[in-house]
Amino acid sequence: MLDQLLSHWNYIIVVLLMMIGLFIVISSMNLVKKLVGLSLFQTSVFLFYISLGKIEGGTAPIIITGGHGDHGNSTHDILYSNPLPHVLILTAIVVGVATTALGLSLVLRIKASFNSIEEDEILAEKRVMKSEGRS
Amino acid sequence: MIDWITHLPAIIVVVPLLMAVITALLPARFGWGLALLATAGSALASGIMMADLMTRWAGYRLSYHLGGWAPPWGIEFAVDHATALVVMVVSGLGFVATMSSKSLFMNEISHHDLGRVYGAWLLTFGGLLGLVMTADAFNLFVFFEISSLASVTLVAMGSGYDKRALIAAFNYLVVGAIGATFYVIGVGFCYAMTGTLNMVDLAVRLPEVNDQIPIYIGLAFMVTGVMVKAAIFPMHFWLPPSYGHAPMAVTTLLAAVATKASLYILVRVLMTIFGGIDPLPQLILQWVLIPLSLMAILLGTILAIYERDAKLMLAQSSIAQIGYIVLGFGMGSLAGLQAGFIHIANHAMIKGGMFIGLGGLAMAAAGKTKLDGLAGIGRRMPLTATGFLICGLSLIGLPLTAGFISKLYLVSAVINAGYWQIAAIVLFSSALSVIYLWRLIEVMWFTPSGSGQSRLPEQVMIYVPLWMLALANIWFGISASTITEISYGAAQVLMGGMT
Repeated sequence: MLDQLLSHWNYIIVVLLMMIGLFIVISSMNLVKKLVGLSLFQTSVFLFYISLGKIEGGTAPIIITGGHGDHGNSTHDILYSNPLPHVLILTAIVVGVATTALGLSLVLRIKASFNSIEEDEILAEKRVMKSEGRS
Repeated sequence: MIDWITHLPAIIVVVPLLMAVITALLPARFGWGLALLATAGSALASGIMMADLMTRWAGYRLSYHLGGWAPPWGIEFAVDHATALVVMVVSGLGFVATMSSKSLFMNEISHHDLGRVYGAWLLTFGGLLGLVMTADAFNLFVFFEISSLASVTLVAMGSGYDKRALIAAFNYLVVGAIGATFYVIGVGFCYAMTGTLNMVDLAVRLPEVNDQIPIYIGLAFMVTGVMVKAAIFPMHFWLPPSYGHAPMAVTTLLAAVATKASLYILVRVLMTIFGGIDPLPQLILQWVLIPLSLMAILLGTILAIYERDAKLMLAQSSIAQIGYIVLGFGMGSLAGLQAGFIHIANHAMIKGGMFIGLGGLAMAAAGKTKLDGLAGIGRRMPLTATGFLICGLSLIGLPLTAGFISKLYLVSAVINAGYWQIAAIVLFSSALSVIYLWRLIEVMWFTPSGSGQSRLPEQVMIYVPLWMLALANIWFGISASTITEISYGAAQVLMGGMT
């Protein structure tokens, strides 16, 4: 059991990061901290994918031919890592950056309008707005 | 048939996405025209694609290989009957929403932001179309995020006159990102077990490893993620504030098409990707989605009754209507899926029309959608208000409207599956929805207006799209066979499991 856990330590780290990130998103009142949590949560998924593609002892996926250009024998015992998950995560990182950027710019606007980035204070002001009947 | 038809799936998505960039760069006064052009192009292309597909057998699948890379290695856009129906709904309603958007934006968004706003508008539109057509599980995530980031921007544009839009947009962003990330985690598990991302390939390979735990974890993550995006109870909490505080035109676009695309993805994931693992999709449909949809139907309807703001009232009613669609899908039968697809099309027409109409009426009340502010407006703006009323009657399912066909097929699917108690709940909630619609009618027609009785000016570009949808509601209520037949084809495709 312990053996199995230790040999999958990278996945355990992924799950830990994921839970920490999600917990911050849910529990934090500060909007910037929420975004930090969200980034952490997304990063854990990036790590998950990258772990999937890596094989221990695997090399970059470039065909290595022997001196004679003989594919059959010389490529036989070379281990390659899977490049596809890495490429996927390149896309996902771009999406993550866009999400964080949009989130932060929203926080800037929220700070300008509500004069606070603490969720409880903003909600309190929102409630005041509602009771005053402004829409 | 003709060769160029095979290129239509790519054209439908690429045109709005390219036009989004052009629109954002050009001066603001071109925004509406270019957006109208792009959405009209996509809608026309979808129409041609659908007409072509209707002449073929139900299992036919139009496949486009992006960049010439053949699946399962390359990304594939695939269109079958189910896809074509949803693409038609999204592009058609997107076009009508774009028509009305210029007048609706007039009071809400400053004129020189319009170029960039229409850029985001087209990104949302193109992203949703790509979402529906892609047959690559990871590519789907990218389209999810394109459309959701762009629509967050659009919701935040409401901040010009209602700063709560910012909070709504922020929550929408965070919840949407979590939903999409959940979906990606699920895809990762499935990829780890099968080594493929193509949906059809996944459908073939997943049953081979159906004794492995990771694919069940993957399914759970994917379904949860998509449920967040589709605003299925209890993951619906982001929707009413986003719809309620966004600019009226944005609400129209999102309410008409955004959740529809995600609902379609939900049934795709369950029935196509995991369709080969026999009892599993049926179990999820029956024990997870049916109870949740019933909660959504009752809760959404009851909250709508207590809402004092017409815009939020319609947003709450959307929760209930999503519940009806999910209930149809949840039956897991041919008739149930057909009912779900019928209601996807009909609800898009109903809610699109109602939000356009409400937007037109609210312009007279200085942008306010509070019920008191709308007093007597029905007599003062008869054209807009009557169009709104027709869509409203369709919402509660009055005979001779499209909404009646939805309810008819849904209730008969539910009864055929042997759940007469659920049918009773559906009928009960329909009766309840009469209450909130009546509140609107009472305020608009029978409450004397505080500020004069004279006719108010009505915008041409609001009542024309509104009446297009209102007449469509009547047309498809009387001659329903078009939609019911296409939906039947769509249901057959999904019941076939692997297409």
